[in-house]
Amino acid sequence: MATFNRDQLVEFYTRMIRIRMVEEKLMEVFSNGEIPGFIHVCIGQEATPVAVCSHLDATDYMANTHRGHGHALAKGIRATDFMAELFGRKNGPCRGRSGSMHLADPDLGILGANGIVGGGIPIACGAALSAKYFKNNRVAVCFFGEGATGEGTFHESLNLAAVLNLPVVFICENNQWAEFTPQTVHMGIRDVAERAAAYGIPGVAIPNDFFRIHEEAGKSIATARTGGGPSLIEVQSLRWHGHFVGDAQKYRNPENIETAMSADCIADFLQRLYADNHITHEEAEGIRKQVQEEILSAVEYARNSPLPDPSELLEELWV
Amino acid sequence: MKEIRYIGGIKEAIREEMERDSRVVLIGEDVGKPGGSFGASRGLIEQFGPDRVIDTPISEAGFMGMAAGAAACGMRPVVEIMFMDFMTVCMDGVVNQIAKMRYMFGSRFSMPIVIRTPCGGGLNAGPQHSQCLEAWFAHVPGLKVVMPSTPYDVKGIMKSAIRDDNPVIVVENKALHALKGSIPEEEYVIPLGRADIKRTGSDVTVVATSRMVHESLKAAEILSAENIQVEIIDPVTISPWDKDRVFQSIAKTHRLVVAHEAVKQCGIGAEISAVVAEELMDELDAPIVRVGAPFVPVPFSLEQAYLPNAKDVVAGVRKVLEKTF
Ligand SMILES: Cc1ncc(C[n+]2csc(CCOP(=O)(O)OP(=O)(O)O)c2C)c(N)n1
Repeated sequence: MATFNRDQLVEFYTRMIRIRMVEEKLMEVFSNGEIPGFIHVCIGQEATPVAVCSHLDATDYMANTHRGHGHALAKGIRATDFMAELFGRKNGPCRGRSGSMHLADPDLGILGANGIVGGGIPIACGAALSAKYFKNNRVAVCFFGEGATGEGTFHESLNLAAVLNLPVVFICENNQWAEFTPQTVHMGIRDVAERAAAYGIPGVAIPNDFFRIHEEAGKSIATARTGGGPSLIEVQSLRWHGHFVGDAQKYRNPENIETAMSADCIADFLQRLYADNHITHEEAEGIRKQVQEEILSAVEYARNSPLPDPSELLEELWV
Repeated sequence: MKEIRYIGGIKEAIREEMERDSRVVLIGEDVGKPGGSFGASRGLIEQFGPDRVIDTPISEAGFMGMAAGAAACGMRPVVEIMFMDFMTVCMDGVVNQIAKMRYMFGSRFSMPIVIRTPCGGGLNAGPQHSQCLEAWFAHVPGLKVVMPSTPYDVKGIMKSAIRDDNPVIVVENKALHALKGSIPEEEYVIPLGRADIKRTGSDVTVVATSRMVHESLKAAEILSAENIQVEIIDPVTISPWDKDRVFQSIAKTHRLVVAHEAVKQCGIGAEISAVVAEELMDELDAPIVRVGAPFVPVPFSLEQAYLPNAKDVVAGVRKVLEKTF
């Protein structure tokens, strides 16, 4: 932590709390029926995208998952663009065709959230292949859950990345639940990171702690960028909420939920900042208020944005 | 003009496009030193090096998804899937990712990918190495599908496919790989989406794809001895297919037979027949006849009984001439 100045720390906090508050707001507007479809929130997991993406430029690539709001926000999408897409509006970055589960923005290297578990992992390898081919010094990161590591694409991608020495970093956000199934049911190992060894690439399992994630991601991304090849980072947490908003979680023991909610990566981060006098409670509260306003105005912007016209339905299937 | 084999046409197309555009790369199993299972990339790694001729592990799902990401980030991958049957293990990459990435992301990405893959029987390779699955892909919005039948067509359309900014699946037929034909010495391309009249005739239109073009030509010879003049239209591109040219031919002959090697049920023939029935019924003098394989997997030892051939086309033409509305 000594290596960060106050402004950086405040920025990290702002980014994490923005994700948290966006998710809270989305739960509300989704429950109001303002957004159709499915919403998967990442509350409790905000440290990972912020810590990882703080090492990336807009030109670096990212592929992510259905639980992808935090990744997109951390990669730099504007709250207004984000909300417009989630509300299915014409002025969203995908013209309202993607929604929550497929949000992309090529200007920010966001190659798309994916509705297919494991679908984005090889896509990140392809982005990394292009970076290596064009020698443009970019890297690709890929976020996925522990459930995705049962998919063939995960294993094939790690192997491909290893043999082709691709500049890609695989980030497994292990929240211990894959939809309605706990990790213990579908995995014979505790640490996903162990799987990296099978492909001859480095793998580490770390707790849901911003500073640890920042440090490991920094090393992995620098290695990838300088031609050192791929690696895997597993961040272990516990899912706070249901699989999707509205999931009654009947399959889950209430104690498991309580345990999940008692570990808060943002609160932990803030405690460290208070303890070291980097920020006061008033300042933290001020940031929250500011973020709150930003989100409210993004939601207003989205609400007031036009829906795509049905006449656009057949447009641009092909160039 | 020069003589070339079908497989050579594929290789020439890839080589010329790789020379023309440094963003074009080849991805697949055995495509490097071995030159691909059927030799379509022989010599390319020597010319272009391993950065452009990328030999992958046996992981179709992985490298198909990788091709999607590479295309979205500015490369123009040509992916080889050794046998069309193996497309099943990378369907996510093809159907959910590659086919949709332009449309679902609001046209923000272009997806210039070519997937080339040999279909069809003739090698007694059995039920998992002989299928014609083109209808699956023609059913997916976002994919273009071509099925060239001659060395001339395959070279010209492969070049267009590589230059196209959309995903294109080039379905070859293994039985055609050794076929010889002449092509111009100089460069040429064949536009996607344009059907070719392989033979003109006035009595019956046969729309035939891939290997069945050749079987239909044989059938036309047999029938011409009886003074039945068959017109053979090769769509070349099956999605989107050239409705105008097919309709023009039917407007002349008023009778339609559709012939393909894939199983008849839910095949491309079903689509073409249905469109003609919906939109051009008034021009038809008889019910449409389809020629295709029976609804079973391709059997190892009964392959000849399974595969549709010239005789089936002859029978189809006779049938369509028999009846009149
Ligand atoms: C190929 C595929 N299979 C199943 C699903 C249904 N599904 C959506 S999310 C999910 C669980 C994913 O778990 P994990 O990868 O751990 O991510 P998390 O939801 O915990 O973030 C499943 C099974 C899907 N979308 N895609």
